[in-house]
Amino acid sequence: MAVPIFWFFAGVAIVSALLVVLMRNPIASAFWLINTMLCLAAIFFMLDAQFIGAVQILVYAGAVMVLFLFVIMLLNLGRGESDFKRIPVWCLVAVLVGILTSQLVPLMSYSRERLAYEYTRSPLLADPAIVFDSLVSPARATLERGVPGDLAQPLFTQYIVPFELTSVLLLAAIIGAVVLAKRRI
Amino acid sequence: MFLGPSLAVSAIIFCIGVAGVLLRRNAIVIFMCVELMLNAVNLTFIALAQAHGVAGQVFVFFVMAVAAVEAAVGLAIILSIFRHHKSVDLKNINLLRG
Repeated sequence: MAVPIFWFFAGVAIVSALLVVLMRNPIASAFWLINTMLCLAAIFFMLDAQFIGAVQILVYAGAVMVLFLFVIMLLNLGRGESDFKRIPVWCLVAVLVGILTSQLVPLMSYSRERLAYEYTRSPLLADPAIVFDSLVSPARATLERGVPGDLAQPLFTQYIVPFELTSVLLLAAIIGAVVLAKRRI
Repeated sequence: MFLGPSLAVSAIIFCIGVAGVLLRRNAIVIFMCVELMLNAVNLTFIALAQAHGVAGQVFVFFVMAVAAVEAAVGLAIILSIFRHHKSVDLKNINLLRG
């Protein structure tokens, strides 16, 4: 049952991402981007990242996209003339993105065995059950500590310094945004 | 579960984001495409965290914080550009053209 649900959300996410790029109206782009983010949140739920999925909906689809829609409204960017680049640029971009896609999509066959091999660099020891047993997998951490706890435990012990630095970054961003957007300080 | 398919989906969404940045001239839509690319990378982190340990999810947390900061500051910059040029179309913003 999980497989068709995954592919449903993956397909909707990819189609909405395409429509973000192809819609002429920026508001339509913004709404398709919200749709992409909600589908990605659903995929996060399926990949044992329930808390990150919830934060994705609250912070990304909620706060960040409201900010985008506010700016579109403030600048009155309803439907102007088309802002796509010219046809020669399209051909160049198609070639570049085609090369990039053809290099990245073969990751489809990536497996835990290959990850274990790249982690240990030795074909003898590359049994994922042994390699990753010492690392705490999200599914096991959720069983042991609950949904927020599995993320909070490393966040507030091992990664406490980056976490505190994030607060400084947010403060700097608040000040920077006010200084930039204000007409006269 | 779903390690390979998740990586492929995130690669496709990332490539669509790259195409959007290269094809559009509206600064806000380019910004939205950058958010799309950040989201695709988050999916990669989550997929690998499933096998490799919960630290990947912690990193997604930081990526989200930086993305929110980037959106706030970037949109403020776009607002002040709009005040100068009365447009957010990048073809009108060519002060640095050689």
